[in-house]
Amino acid sequence: MTAVTLSPADLTTERSPLLQSLGDVWVLTKRSLARIRREPETLSNVTIQPVMFILMFAYVFGGAIGIPGGGGYHSYLVGGMLGMSLAQTAPGTAVAVVSDMETGLIDRFRSLPMSRAAVLTARTIADLLTQVIGATVTALVGLAIGWRIENGAGPAIEAFALALLFGYAFTWAGVCLGMVLRSAEAAQQAGFIIFLPLTFISSAFVPTQGMPGWLQPVAEWNPMSSLAAACRQLFGNPNPAAAVHAWPAQHPELAVVCWSVAMLVVFAPLAVHLYRTKAR
Amino acid sequence: MSDNAAIEAEGLVKHYGKTKALNGLDLTVARGTVYGLLGPNGAGKTTAVRVLATLLRPDGGRARVMGHDVTTQAGAVRRVIGLTGQYAALDELLTGRSNLVMIGELSRLTGKAARRRADELLEQFDLTDAAGRAVKTYSGGMRRRLDLAASLIGHPAVLFLDEPTTGLDPSARALMWDIVRQLVADGTTLLLTTQYLDEADQLADRIAVIDGGKVIAEGTPTELKASMGGQRLLITLAEGSDASVAAAALRPFTTAPIIPNDWDRLIEAPVTATDGLATEVVRALDAAGVKVNDIAVRSASLDDVFLTLTGHTAEENAEENEKQEVSA
Repeated sequence: MTAVTLSPADLTTERSPLLQSLGDVWVLTKRSLARIRREPETLSNVTIQPVMFILMFAYVFGGAIGIPGGGGYHSYLVGGMLGMSLAQTAPGTAVAVVSDMETGLIDRFRSLPMSRAAVLTARTIADLLTQVIGATVTALVGLAIGWRIENGAGPAIEAFALALLFGYAFTWAGVCLGMVLRSAEAAQQAGFIIFLPLTFISSAFVPTQGMPGWLQPVAEWNPMSSLAAACRQLFGNPNPAAAVHAWPAQHPELAVVCWSVAMLVVFAPLAVHLYRTKAR
Repeated sequence: MSDNAAIEAEGLVKHYGKTKALNGLDLTVARGTVYGLLGPNGAGKTTAVRVLATLLRPDGGRARVMGHDVTTQAGAVRRVIGLTGQYAALDELLTGRSNLVMIGELSRLTGKAARRRADELLEQFDLTDAAGRAVKTYSGGMRRRLDLAASLIGHPAVLFLDEPTTGLDPSARALMWDIVRQLVADGTTLLLTTQYLDEADQLADRIAVIDGGKVIAEGTPTELKASMGGQRLLITLAEGSDASVAAAALRPFTTAPIIPNDWDRLIEAPVTATDGLATEVVRALDAAGVKVNDIAVRSASLDDVFLTLTGHTAEENAEENEKQEVSA
């Protein structure tokens, strides 16, 4: 029935392994983008959610939060929100990975003569693209509530680049989470449990100066604080962390790079290892 | 090992904790044939397929597919196999055609060839009308067909079908059987797992009955049935008849003791077929005062083979074993 209609010219086996791997990543990235086109509501975590959070914090909590060293809360908030709107895509990454495992699609991929790392790499690239949307939405809503870039385009681009680097590294943590959990519900919950303290015990929404003494070091060393401080510094927004003596508060940009590289070095190989050995 | 074999496995072992999913499995499948792995859920069928399809590393033993070792030459194995698992491995949100094109491209086809093959397969599997719809709108039978099409897109020499018709209605099942027969006519080697005896009987050239992670019987369906030697006697008693009286009256004819069911008026027993057997049985029952509604003598089925070999029927305990197999 399936008459052989394949000739050597139909195959890509003559291509170099690197080109083949890049081809696989491209095919799977297209797949993730096609999924978004078919179910655009999956983008709500980088569209509706940042809008909600910014408006809630700006207009509900904002009036009650004083910024040490002065400055408006709206200008302060956006630097922290940027990190949050990127980091909060990680639970979605975990859910997507678990769903592929559950449907058996990952099994099919593992039985194909394709690159082992392509499935996960494509996943993180697609998520990076959604994070660009999240960063854009956050910035636009920020502009609408009165936030401004005070230091010019160069540092601002650096701030967005740092945020996306951190967001991308964080996505690999989401992939690992998805590889070790057994259901989409569990991934959703685990993501929430990890993500909520990570963003809230930081200077993303409130200055650390107001926290109890024992909690301050935790918040000051939290990568979300470093990212928020780095963005505030680069945007020229109020940055109370500049008055904090902890090393990450004094070198926020370097701290973000260190955290991101550390996460990539740990989670990317771990994710690939889990993918290779996953016996389900 | 012979060059003629598409699949060869020797002493495959796979443990999950204390459970031995595979316990020294041996298998040889000749090229261009259909080989049926028959066994209840939890027997190790799926684990065997996953090892042969390079998804699992065996803890012991070795296996080759088209001459390539599944552990040391996994990449080469993946270039010649197709796998259709128990659950349709498709992207629910994508269209049927997008799924095929994606899997084609990942199977080392160029984009152009993948699109051409996708259209050919959609046509062959009667899915052209649904090609532009998301897979989540497909019926169970359509999903299985698309899933099978996906595993054929790279034209594999060896195809693994893990319970291809489980959960399908009879017409979808018959359609799958037709497709499988056509595939074989095309020269593809097929390893098929099933818990349905009639399926193995209908499709497979050879069958291995597996239980407890190893092969407990092997041969053509005819050989397996012949190995049970003899015929089965089936009697339906009239209402109010005493099954234990009937069982006692039948004892001289049967080659194994009958265990009568009081709640069931059906008696089934192995017998040695002789001319006039049915007549004599009816006379004996009549003499014992047992009334008979129906009597039949038939050849042993694979069901009987299975029951005799494993001590349980194929579908028995399926429910409780299912979890084990899935988590395996």
